[in-house]
Amino acid sequence: MTNPPFWLLAELTYRCPLQCPYCSNPIEIAQIDKELDTETWVRVMTEARGLGAVQLGFSGGEPLVREDLTDLVAEGRRLGYYTNLITSGIGLNADKVAALKQAGLDHIQVSFQASTEELNDLIAGSGKAFAQKVAMAKEIKRLGYPMVLNFVLHRQNIEQVAQILQLAAELQADYVELANTQYYGWAFHNRAALLPSLQQLLDAEVVVQAYREKFGERMKIIFVVPDYYENRPKRCMNGWGNIFLTVAPDGTALPCHSARQLPLEFPNVRDWNIGHIWRDSPSFNAFRGDSWMREPCRTCAEKDKDLGGCRCQAFMLTGDPTNADPVCAKSPHRQLINDAIEQAQQVAENTQPLRFRNWRNSKELIASSE
Amino acid sequence: MTDSVSLKLGWSPRINPHFRLQWEEAQQAKVLLYPEGMIKLNSSSGEILSLCDGDTTIQDIIDELKRIFPKEETLEQDVLEFLSVAFERRWLIHD
Ligand code: SF4
Ligand code: SF4
Repeated sequence: MTNPPFWLLAELTYRCPLQCPYCSNPIEIAQIDKELDTETWVRVMTEARGLGAVQLGFSGGEPLVREDLTDLVAEGRRLGYYTNLITSGIGLNADKVAALKQAGLDHIQVSFQASTEELNDLIAGSGKAFAQKVAMAKEIKRLGYPMVLNFVLHRQNIEQVAQILQLAAELQADYVELANTQYYGWAFHNRAALLPSLQQLLDAEVVVQAYREKFGERMKIIFVVPDYYENRPKRCMNGWGNIFLTVAPDGTALPCHSARQLPLEFPNVRDWNIGHIWRDSPSFNAFRGDSWMREPCRTCAEKDKDLGGCRCQAFMLTGDPTNADPVCAKSPHRQLINDAIEQAQQVAENTQPLRFRNWRNSKELIASSE
Repeated sequence: MTDSVSLKLGWSPRINPHFRLQWEEAQQAKVLLYPEGMIKLNSSSGEILSLCDGDTTIQDIIDELKRIFPKEETLEQDVLEFLSVAFERRWLIHD
């Protein structure tokens, strides 16, 4: 029996005013147009809720650029979802925060995902972006939302973890997510410039631990380490087609937001209902269970623990999604991870140019891969 | 690490507005929803939290549950234990 999906992540649009070089959106954003209309989103939300989905995330791109966002939130809440908005905060204002509350939005996660300069502005407490984010954070608190602040960490900002946590505490965040960049999409192309050193990571962990002890339940800190420094892979998405359903802006249904790159045919919600997609589509069944596994996973005693790791990472690095995630020390491809770590250490800080996520770079990357 | 609480029977607990308590058909259980997560409650926890409406005192909650489940011998202690965990985890607040 297949579990019902628990999460529906609605990626409403790939449009976004920012160009983060560690964006997890696919590099093909320039090729993917024709966003789903409001009616189709409502149908998707209704069908997924019918299966048992509880958490509904609106993300993107920047979901605030969708004019029907408030209506979609209202509909999601009416259906009984816990509704989460994942935004950069750009385009948010006090009226919008209030309108979304009125519509029944449960939670706003403000992601601090823009440039390193912006982060520096934030920490220094200067600049327009700082004023905007602080004003929005206060508004979010004032209206009684639980507030999650999300900071994407990488080599160029990980040493500022203490200042980041200090700032989060001042803004009275209820949860702070310190998410080390995971190397998919744009981040994969910028890996050499983004991967922190082991020492940086260990130092950050010490700081995080100290803040956890100080704040306890008042401000929960979630620290996501980059799996390159582990010797077992993460239990990716808690299992393929197990709890998580992403619908991309063009209606492609995916078991995880970076799965589009895999050599599989993913169904589109314009053609199929969610029940069929979730239970019966070949791509959602491709990596359920363990019959797809090869050695060393197939006979591994730990296979129930991590399910062989991340299919996208196996594919990106080894060319075959049925291989063990190369993060695993038992993988014959582990050397690829060690090489990446070494290469990142050799690239002196800031010398590797970042590829910003924008339409021009997307077209160039598409052309160079053809 | 967690802020420990000593309960007072006169408190009237209510669900922290950062959480939402609801019945989930697919889970056949009451759940607490919060940003990006869910806690599935067993039936007695769900029962207790449903009585936490901000008006009813802890004493009244215990009396009410005793009326419904007269045979439960350790009821009072169980309820108090659960409530103090619920306060610790910030599922509940009081004025
Ligand atoms: S990571 Fe940055 S560029 Fe990508 S969608 Fe989020 S805000 Fe936009
Ligand atoms: S060999 Fe495969 S199943 Fe075993 S620990 Fe490594 S990735 Fe997991």
